[in-house]
Amino acid sequence: MENKFKPIKHYGLDKEKVLKMYQDMLKIRYFENKITYLYSRGLMPGLAHLYIGEEAIAVGVCTNLTKRDFAISTHRGHGHLIAQGADLKKMMAEVLGKEAGYCKGKGGSMHIADFSKGILGANGIVGAGIPIATGSAYSAKVRGTDQVTISFFGDAASNQGTFHESINMAAAWKLPVVYICENNLYGISVDIRKVTNTKDIATRARAYDIPGVVVDGNDVLEVYKVSQKAVERARKGEGPSLIECKTYRWKGHHLGDPGQVYRLEKETEEWKEHCPIKTFRERLIKEKIFSKEELDLIEKNTKKIINEAADFAIQSPYPNENEVYEDLFVEEGGAKTR
Amino acid sequence: MKTKKITYAQAIVEAINEEMQRDKNVILLGEDVGILGGNFKATVGLYEKYGGERVKDTPISENSFTGLGLGAALTGLRPIVEIMFGDFLMLALDQIGNQAAKIRYMSGGQAKVPLTIRTTLGGGRSSAAQHSQSLQALVCHIPGLKVVMPSSASEVKGLLKTAIRDDNPVIFFEHKMEYNKTYEVPEEEYTIPFGVANILKEGKDITIVGTSNQALNALKAAEVLAKESIRAEVIDPRTLVPLDKDTIINSVKKTGRLLIVDEGYERCGVAGEIAMSILKDVFYYLDAPIERLTTANYPLPFSPALEFPIIPDEKKIYQRVKKMVIG
Repeated sequence: MENKFKPIKHYGLDKEKVLKMYQDMLKIRYFENKITYLYSRGLMPGLAHLYIGEEAIAVGVCTNLTKRDFAISTHRGHGHLIAQGADLKKMMAEVLGKEAGYCKGKGGSMHIADFSKGILGANGIVGAGIPIATGSAYSAKVRGTDQVTISFFGDAASNQGTFHESINMAAAWKLPVVYICENNLYGISVDIRKVTNTKDIATRARAYDIPGVVVDGNDVLEVYKVSQKAVERARKGEGPSLIECKTYRWKGHHLGDPGQVYRLEKETEEWKEHCPIKTFRERLIKEKIFSKEELDLIEKNTKKIINEAADFAIQSPYPNENEVYEDLFVEEGGAKTR
Repeated sequence: MKTKKITYAQAIVEAINEEMQRDKNVILLGEDVGILGGNFKATVGLYEKYGGERVKDTPISENSFTGLGLGAALTGLRPIVEIMFGDFLMLALDQIGNQAAKIRYMSGGQAKVPLTIRTTLGGGRSSAAQHSQSLQALVCHIPGLKVVMPSSASEVKGLLKTAIRDDNPVIFFEHKMEYNKTYEVPEEEYTIPFGVANILKEGKDITIVGTSNQALNALKAAEVLAKESIRAEVIDPRTLVPLDKDTIINSVKKTGRLLIVDEGYERCGVAGEIAMSILKDVFYYLDAPIERLTTANYPLPFSPALEFPIIPDEKKIYQRVKKMVIG
């Protein structure tokens, strides 16, 4: 990967939007740094899959969405949720298994959702969100709205049957969905290059006769631009697209996995040089869009927001044991179905 | 009550038609549900009436078109997904069991999943091991799914309308041997609630619980047994989740004997589950051990000479009841 970027003004974004993109990436990074800390302190049950290093994809894509659009995420979902505007306090509380969490402690990191915001949620099964996103797009078509659905998934999910089955249907029926493949090169420990002959997953789009594009997933503005085109195409009723974002997860598969047994340190270090946040910050300063001091302040404020979310989550009580028996079914008339 | 004579398949068409007319968010999708009108002719005429968007022929991708139905259910529609054979449920189990069943619970009650999955059960057509299974136990095992086993045409119609209106994922099992049979069905509109068993015949000597069309086989057996002065009470539970245990418990307290007839496999099956779930309440009222009549734990064979011997039927119910009551 090379640090070759086009000038920011090339993308025609106003300053406010550029700053929001920078801050959203920071939120994701700081949120995950914070849960790493909470995990190390024994305050977080279970585990979580970290998105650190991939922040530009969620932010670049979601910058194109309206409040009425939908997106479905993966097991590595914090970034997508934050980029879609999820409440950080409720997210943090859910990650800690607390009552005030998005799912009242029933979902955890892998199942956070906010249906009121079109956030169809993280998902623990690799590739399972792809047909659900396709159904959401089908729904928009039948209901006659111009809503677009984003389907986020990783390189490994592109080898699930659901990937092929779903894109086939979306292409045949010109559904308003954009498939975003985050190729971070590894499915847990397995190098995608060892189990897949296709160099670029995006070329699989050809099999379904839809646009397939490869983009630098660590360049938030390129991701923004490429996905903008796909979102517009979907909104116009011209059908789905597949975008492959080349990226890298800095951490292991999940908290607790050092992620180094199956990867060379050199590879990881090279990708860290291509950090989506650091490089964007350098561009913002170099192109005199924001000063170093202005960005320092944004960073300080963002850390404060994350710290407040963490404090809120830590102080929230654990759910009452009776909560186990709630929310299985939509119940009418008080009789419980079990 | 005014009735009309229609087939079980026609009753399904009527239920879907009435609900699609009532609510524009009801859609139907699955293999061959459109122009062909369904492999079992249970969706005839709907494509012509509602068009190719609300009645969608899908590619042969069970897992993904079930997931597509789920995604549509989460975002404002009320889809009916047809899985042509119950055996194919196993192709869609991730979307059914890990997704549809779990999303409401995992999201802390945020999501609603108004999704009906229609599929089939039952042998008897020489369709062999991959097109004859009765896999209701498989989905009953997973929390978060309602499971419906209608018997006759009037039952299938009323229960399907309730399933479509339910805000939860419902697995709806239609019996393959019933589609072409004709029944009396009420003329006027009606629905049948879930979790309320139907007592088809009252009796004092033994209770027979029959799921799906085994309730009808049990009724026929009971009528023959009545001529021999054995009064069997026949119960159709209608839904397995939720299960109306009270009606079964009260009946067994009265009769002291219980035979459960279910076409699923015996091992870890519905019959064993019903028996165990009520045993504590009826133990001191029993005059004999609870028995079950199910499909043997073998793949369904092709030849009628092999298939029929392992599926429960009227004659086997008759024989088993006689043995249980007289000895």
